[in-house]
Amino acid sequence: MWRLVKNNKLFVTGAALCSFWLVIMLLAPIIRPYDPLAQNLAERFAPPGAAHIFGTDSLGRDILSRVIAGSRISIGAGLLTIVFASALGIIYGGAAGYAGGILDESMMRVSELVQSFPTIILAMVIAAALGPSLLHTLLAMVIVWWPNYARLMRSMVIQVKSNEYVEAAKSLGAGSFRVFFKEILPNSVGGIIVLATVDFGNAILLFAGLSFLGLGSPPPAPEWGAMVSDGANYLTYWWIAAFPGLGILTMSMGANFIGDGARDFLDPKLRKEL
Amino acid sequence: MLRYVARRIVFIFFLMIGISLTTFLLSNAVPSDPVLANLSQRNLDNEEMVAAFRAKWGLDKPLYKQYFVYLGNLLRGDLGISLRTQRPVFDDLKLYFPATLELASVGIIFAVIFGILFGMISAVCRNKGIDQVLRGVSVVGVSLPSFWLALTMLYVFYLRLGIAPGPGRLSSRVAAPAHLTGLFTLDALLTGNGELFLDALGHLALPGICLGMFTMGLITRTTRSNLLEVLSQDYIRTARAKGLRENAVILKHALGNALIPVITVIGMGFGNLLGGMVLTETVFAWPGIGQYAFQAAQNLDFPAIVGVALLVSANYIIINLITDLLYGLVDPRVRYR
Repeated sequence: MWRLVKNNKLFVTGAALCSFWLVIMLLAPIIRPYDPLAQNLAERFAPPGAAHIFGTDSLGRDILSRVIAGSRISIGAGLLTIVFASALGIIYGGAAGYAGGILDESMMRVSELVQSFPTIILAMVIAAALGPSLLHTLLAMVIVWWPNYARLMRSMVIQVKSNEYVEAAKSLGAGSFRVFFKEILPNSVGGIIVLATVDFGNAILLFAGLSFLGLGSPPPAPEWGAMVSDGANYLTYWWIAAFPGLGILTMSMGANFIGDGARDFLDPKLRKEL
Repeated sequence: MLRYVARRIVFIFFLMIGISLTTFLLSNAVPSDPVLANLSQRNLDNEEMVAAFRAKWGLDKPLYKQYFVYLGNLLRGDLGISLRTQRPVFDDLKLYFPATLELASVGIIFAVIFGILFGMISAVCRNKGIDQVLRGVSVVGVSLPSFWLALTMLYVFYLRLGIAPGPGRLSSRVAAPAHLTGLFTLDALLTGNGELFLDALGHLALPGICLGMFTMGLITRTTRSNLLEVLSQDYIRTARAKGLRENAVILKHALGNALIPVITVIGMGFGNLLGGMVLTETVFAWPGIGQYAFQAAQNLDFPAIVGVALLVSANYIIINLITDLLYGLVDPRVRYR
């Protein structure tokens, strides 16, 4: 088992990148060299150097400190979106699949409706309508994100439902709730976990995109997407946009590598060839 | 086949009604007076104008009746007046859509050509160095934040190296071609203006690559895994056993079958492109639907947002229908019922 993980180079690379950012996230207040919000107009637009390893931005704030502090918001937002969207999807899809019939049909049509909207435009509309705040952006992301999980959960539940052990539990007198939570749910969430891993990188990208468009938390909060957008105004001072962008790239790469690795690992057809 | 298409179109009709209902409710959920929002100050002072506006959109009627009025206007192509541009949304969309269509086409062409090529090389040279590199490229492709890639490319190729043109659809020294299709490259060709064609094409290069990057990564990945699966089939062994050269085995026997599932990915990718449009167009100052949508969202310009959402969803649905039909055309095992 361990050998299989070790031989999966993609997975190892992804795990390394993700653990790197996880450590940075946890230790952010300790390891950042400066206050991420402290302005120092005398040192604005300082290029990367000894005092400021990643340079400073248009208000003289230290970019390294802002990238480190920003990891909490930017990665955290991706994580929260996935957690809440998958929870919502599990409940919704689980209920639809378990109930079956006309309720299932109509519930699935609603999820298709949400899916037929282009993700970023729907998220943009919701975030813009509610007003700029981190909470509203997260809400918008969860609203556009849950249908994938609902559809997957529904198909897993329908599959699991027909198993004999479910029948057995029912004939022993277990109620609907008990059957659902004790028998069906534990046997259906495997696929959801894989989807969540594969999806994590996309969630980080969508949040960064919304934040780039000014739909994240209002300034001066250090958010990677918003920092890149700040740098877009001063393109000749390349370091302002470059480093937060590298943060987004390495983090979503890590998530995608893990997702790819997980897929290879869980697919028995591929596993035996590894 | 015909019955299948008919059924799909009926379904699309209901989906569009659902979409219009959702956008209608969304714009109603916003706590702002549509009269205040839609009319200019001068018109607001004019009571007749206000009354005419209320009557046109049925604002004096209950909500469900308002929706039917709205739907009726929609079917006549009346999407309301944009708050920001003070022009009919329908005209705005007509104006901005060709720029987006042109850019999306370049993006998808880039993604398909390089995605299939990289996926093929990757599968043929499985587990060798080049395979690892190309798999890395495809993961980077799906992990790159498009707005950051856009800025980086602008900085490197435009500001530093000066080998690519800056933002916008054309250089400032050339005038736009006569409006025939709205696609500048096509219009330039139709009017026989070679210089203009090259200029327009040059301006498409960076945003096109930027837009296609994500889809390219997806196509590379899908082509690779499908080709690997096909290559392990018995009929490939037969082809090799009868002494065919490896090139012929891959190009004539394997590739065609491996590409069938790629069609679905291309369809999905087109949807992604339309989404990625917003970010790419914003950075490249591209006067298309994406930028229009962003400006509309910033100004809470709901008639415009609804227009964009309807247009993009309709496109997405139509592309999905086309890919499903293509699927059946190239794969005889798929039968429509």
